[in-house]
Amino acid sequence: MISILKCRLAKGIVTRPFPYVEVGKACPFWTRPRPDAGHCEIEVLGKELRSVILKKLNRSLHIREVDTGSCGACESEIISATNPIYDIQRFGINFVASPRHADALLVTGPVSKNMALALQKTYNAMPEPKFVIVLGQCAIDGGIFKDSYYTQGGVKDILPVALRIPGCPPSPTDIMRYLLDFLKKD
Amino acid sequence: MLSKPYADEVLMVVSPGDFKSACLHLHKTLRSPVMMLFATDERADKKIFCVYAVFMDIQNKKWVVVRQDIPENEQHFDSLAKDIYSASLFEREIKESFGLEPMGNPDTRRLNLHSEVWPEGSFPLRKDFNRSEPVGFEKKDHVFTKVEGDGIFEVPVGPVHAGIIGPGHFRFSCAGEPIINLEIRLGFAHRGVEKIFEGKRVDEAVGIAQRVCGDASFAHALSFCRAVEKINNIVVPQRAEYIRAIYLELERMYNHVNDIGGIAVDVGFSFPAALASIIKESILSLNERLTQSRYLKGAASIGGVAKDIDDSKKADVLGLLGAVMVDFKRLADILNVSVSFMDRVDGTGVLKKKTAEDLGVVGLAARASGIPVDLRKDFPGAYGSVRFKIAVQETGDVLARLRVRIAEFETSVSLIRQFLDILAVGPFVSEGISNFKDGEALGYVEGWRGPVLYWVKTSPGGSVFRCKIVDPSFHNWQGLSFSVLGDIIPDFPLCNKSFDLSYPGNDL
Repeated sequence: MISILKCRLAKGIVTRPFPYVEVGKACPFWTRPRPDAGHCEIEVLGKELRSVILKKLNRSLHIREVDTGSCGACESEIISATNPIYDIQRFGINFVASPRHADALLVTGPVSKNMALALQKTYNAMPEPKFVIVLGQCAIDGGIFKDSYYTQGGVKDILPVALRIPGCPPSPTDIMRYLLDFLKKD
Repeated sequence: MLSKPYADEVLMVVSPGDFKSACLHLHKTLRSPVMMLFATDERADKKIFCVYAVFMDIQNKKWVVVRQDIPENEQHFDSLAKDIYSASLFEREIKESFGLEPMGNPDTRRLNLHSEVWPEGSFPLRKDFNRSEPVGFEKKDHVFTKVEGDGIFEVPVGPVHAGIIGPGHFRFSCAGEPIINLEIRLGFAHRGVEKIFEGKRVDEAVGIAQRVCGDASFAHALSFCRAVEKINNIVVPQRAEYIRAIYLELERMYNHVNDIGGIAVDVGFSFPAALASIIKESILSLNERLTQSRYLKGAASIGGVAKDIDDSKKADVLGLLGAVMVDFKRLADILNVSVSFMDRVDGTGVLKKKTAEDLGVVGLAARASGIPVDLRKDFPGAYGSVRFKIAVQETGDVLARLRVRIAEFETSVSLIRQFLDILAVGPFVSEGISNFKDGEALGYVEGWRGPVLYWVKTSPGGSVFRCKIVDPSFHNWQGLSFSVLGDIIPDFPLCNKSFDLSYPGNDL
């Protein structure tokens, strides 16, 4: 008991108030604008994204990610989109652990021959309705690995692709922007 | 035959009969694992295959390269695997991509070209390889090591994992809770990188090097540039060397803090993980302001750097480092005083020093197991003009790797400040690089995981003839499979994250 108390005392207060910025000022990376602020791109995109997803699905959008041989930068950016700065979950986009729970399949990498079967199986395991998003230049057309003996020229040769998010890698804001444009369209 | 092509490289050409004994001698006297072992196809010119082995001589600050020439009709060489374990995976790689048989290697299963999708007798790294689709071949299943006995069961995981992570297959054999064997099957991210390099102009190939492994993209590009600079005798200006070191340290910082957060996530401690990801994001956005790329892509160039750090950028870096250090200290404090967190990481996933030495584990994981190797100290270059200590821990568990990361993050901050301090006015890229020569050289960089090695051979006119890449992950995946033995499966993510090895860097 004493050791727990000691530990608590040693720790002190570890949280801090969120540093909101004033309306009209720039939105630096670790501050979030006031809820009424309309100038920060992440917030503007996010708000619209949330309302579009809510209107379309009446719940949040669930995405399953599969890496088919990317260099890891695309994964890193997807993970960045879930960090407290972007916090894409608050706009109704969730990354799920199983294809059974997913509305969309998010694919990165140029599809190595070794991953083609796994990709197909993951897609087959998803319930209808479903769609495929490809992220990064490699997944779109093979990128610099287009002419390799071990890749298949991107995801389009294997699965029907609904949305392409270009970039090497696309930033979290890009990911949000392309998702929004796509969901608004149909 | 002994020659010294470069100041930091010794080349020994030996006959195929002496290759094994020469390697064993170097392995014993230099106490170095096989850092690289690879082949080249020189049949067009000389009717031979060459097999190279690279060792590290820390004492004399030299790389020792041993070469044997194998006549094209022999197609086999003496295996080192039974005497030097760190050679075994390299030999499997040579066998599948060149068709040279390592005589005496007990394990010659495929590594990256999985037998389910790739036919026998098709060797992609040979120069006469025909790229047309292989059809109608016999598919073979991979044979996993079988553990037998009462109550033994297997847990297969992957290649598609639950998280947002690269592809790999893990097969655990358990008896009750403890893991008694873990076999890691990789190669799912194989894209044929080394073949893509061939025939490309060297300045064009820098762009490929930075897409080999996304989280170490600057280290990879820099290692390639260093090899090309050695071949062409390009002198890199002092300012460029310092800026390169700064970018390398930034890469180290964002990855280390990412892993510290990842270790916290894997025990379900989400508050420090959130703090860590804020720190990572702030370094990534700094990278973007410095180089227009969050992952420093395009920052390295042959003869220097492509993006300079001017005074306003310098102020930006210094300001951010101050802010980041406040947050990072808090992060380290939260982890250090949390009893339940320490309980999970202390004594988990132990990689013993002896095992690490035998497997040829390098870089961060080696330092956490008590092996003080760091290319920044052993082959200093720009690091010779700054003061720092390398972080070494003795215990080899998850906590040791965590502590090395925390110490190295703080070292990186101090290093960047020192480099910014001594950054003198001058050019940031070498002038007048036009014609690239033919030749061969080894490039090396201490990336955040460990040494990133590029051996490059160019043809006349400056196109790449052969590029062999060894990411530290290639050595260290073996270390992971030994470190989890005796632990329970729920501790595996923790061990995995504490190594944080690269799938694309390993699979190529």
